[in-house]
Amino acid sequence: MSIRENFVVPKRYNTIAISLMVVGILAIVGLYVTSGSKESEHEQARFWASLLQNSVYFLLVVNASMFFICATTLAWGGWQMAFRRVTEAISAVVPVLGVICGAILLAVVFGGQHAIYHWSDAHHVEGDPTLLHKKGFLNPVFFSVVTVLTILLWSVLGWKMRQLSRSLDNNPLPTVEERKKYIWKNTVWAAVYIVVFSLTVMSSLPWLWLMSIDAHWYSTMYSWYTFASTFVAGVALIALFVVFLKNNGYLEYTNNEHLHDIGKFMFAFSVFWTYLWFSQFMLIWYANIPEETVYFKPRAEGAYSGIFWLMFLINFLAPLLLLMTRGAKRNYGTITFMALLIIFGHWLDFYQMVFPSPMTDEKGVTHVPMILYDFGVALGFVGLIMFSVGRALTKAPLLAKNHPFIKESLIHHT
Amino acid sequence: MAVKKFVVGNFDDEAVLFPAVKKVRRAGYKIHDVFTPFPIHGLDHAMGLRDTSLHTAGFIYGITGTTTAVSFITWALTVDWQLNFGGKPFFSLPAWIPITFELTVLFAAVGMVLTFCYLCQLAPFVKKDHFNSRSTDDTFVMALECTEKTNEAEALSFLQSLGAKDVKVDYKETGWWLGRYDKDTKRFEKKAEAVH
Repeated sequence: MSIRENFVVPKRYNTIAISLMVVGILAIVGLYVTSGSKESEHEQARFWASLLQNSVYFLLVVNASMFFICATTLAWGGWQMAFRRVTEAISAVVPVLGVICGAILLAVVFGGQHAIYHWSDAHHVEGDPTLLHKKGFLNPVFFSVVTVLTILLWSVLGWKMRQLSRSLDNNPLPTVEERKKYIWKNTVWAAVYIVVFSLTVMSSLPWLWLMSIDAHWYSTMYSWYTFASTFVAGVALIALFVVFLKNNGYLEYTNNEHLHDIGKFMFAFSVFWTYLWFSQFMLIWYANIPEETVYFKPRAEGAYSGIFWLMFLINFLAPLLLLMTRGAKRNYGTITFMALLIIFGHWLDFYQMVFPSPMTDEKGVTHVPMILYDFGVALGFVGLIMFSVGRALTKAPLLAKNHPFIKESLIHHT
Repeated sequence: MAVKKFVVGNFDDEAVLFPAVKKVRRAGYKIHDVFTPFPIHGLDHAMGLRDTSLHTAGFIYGITGTTTAVSFITWALTVDWQLNFGGKPFFSLPAWIPITFELTVLFAAVGMVLTFCYLCQLAPFVKKDHFNSRSTDDTFVMALECTEKTNEAEALSFLQSLGAKDVKVDYKETGWWLGRYDKDTKRFEKKAEAVH
């Protein structure tokens, strides 16, 4: 039996993807009619907050795939080669979501959505000593330059990494010297990407995109915590696509051993996320300084406490207990279920990062908006990711068969 | 405390060892163990060994550590000796999480090391004896346990036909006892019988 090298998108797959996108568009329209088109600043903020949360979350999740590729490349890892093309296809969605996310972010900053980004209101900043002090960092020009530059760099460097991988498809490298050179070239470009990635997602970008929604509050761990959240969801997304392709008879060389390692990543980074989630909380709880506890007041105790503690359940306890055994990490059913749960759980994480502040009214009362619309918007993004990843998967053979490390992956054993 | 009789063969190639293990099992011999200088992926599977229970033990030790930490700190700080730390309630779970975590890790780690030593029958001052000391260097040593039904001569030639070298019949202590393999004289009562 010959192996099925090229992915053909099943008809039902695209039907589902397109109907999810339709659901998303309907949800956005519905949200615009009920909130976005209203006079009140807070009603409008509710509309934009939903777009902001979903676009940033899903952009960071697909971008985690490129981080996965570059991190494993830098570590000279070989085991992931059998499903490398899946991660490449997911990362190919970064430019698409990047344009959407960038447009939404700039619209929020320049569209006068001051209920989301207080600091974008020049008049308000003049009378606010704290924000005045942060003006060098939190201003529309700096924000937009960094946002555009970041999305551009992610897209270009990601494209370069995929290009390097595909350049071998039709011309295998005959000598060891050439292979060594190829690996070195890969390593250098991966390192460049990692540097950009660590200067953005891992250290400063979430401060701009998400933390500045609560402009007075600050946490130095915030970005690292956001990274952990999106990376574990990103690995879960990779697991979903790997399982999907296996079930459709592709990826002959990817087996339980590879799935086991993806499961380990999901398990380990769930624990890692919890570590950061708890560390951020505990330091603030312990010091008990009002300017810091203001962030956790509506989240851990107030209107969002249900979501906050549900997160603990599905982002920590469930992965810890259900993914602990060897059998669970090798079981398609468990992995699929846990991947869906993790992606949903970290979506909730972003939900409680974004919403409490814009959803606080003039009297200082925080409330949770009707979450169903946000589910709809999220489904739209899921449909978009499904559609674009499906398209990207058809563009190249599913096995990077000429990569120097491919043998290591085929005989991989955990 | 039982000295048993073994038929021992020495393999110098993995590619010979794997089919040999398969054939020995199919022929119905009881493999006592295969000694290798380094871990060989898949050998446990080929020998038909069950998965280790060490991780289950580790989980239980971990849970024990968690319960010990939480219950002790709770008792100490809410019942036995209440202290006011910065106006926090006596039952301040977040502050105890780091200690709970540390104790979980400590119990799991120490417990697993001890269990591992027990399972491998290792202890300080106990020196292990080898069927063939080259199993710590460059060859793979397979030991078949002889039962009353085993025909030694047949087993010896069977191992030889599978590619084993230095085939011999040997006596070894199999149990776990507080002695020294290099000092104990009991196993020398019967000499190893070299075939060639």
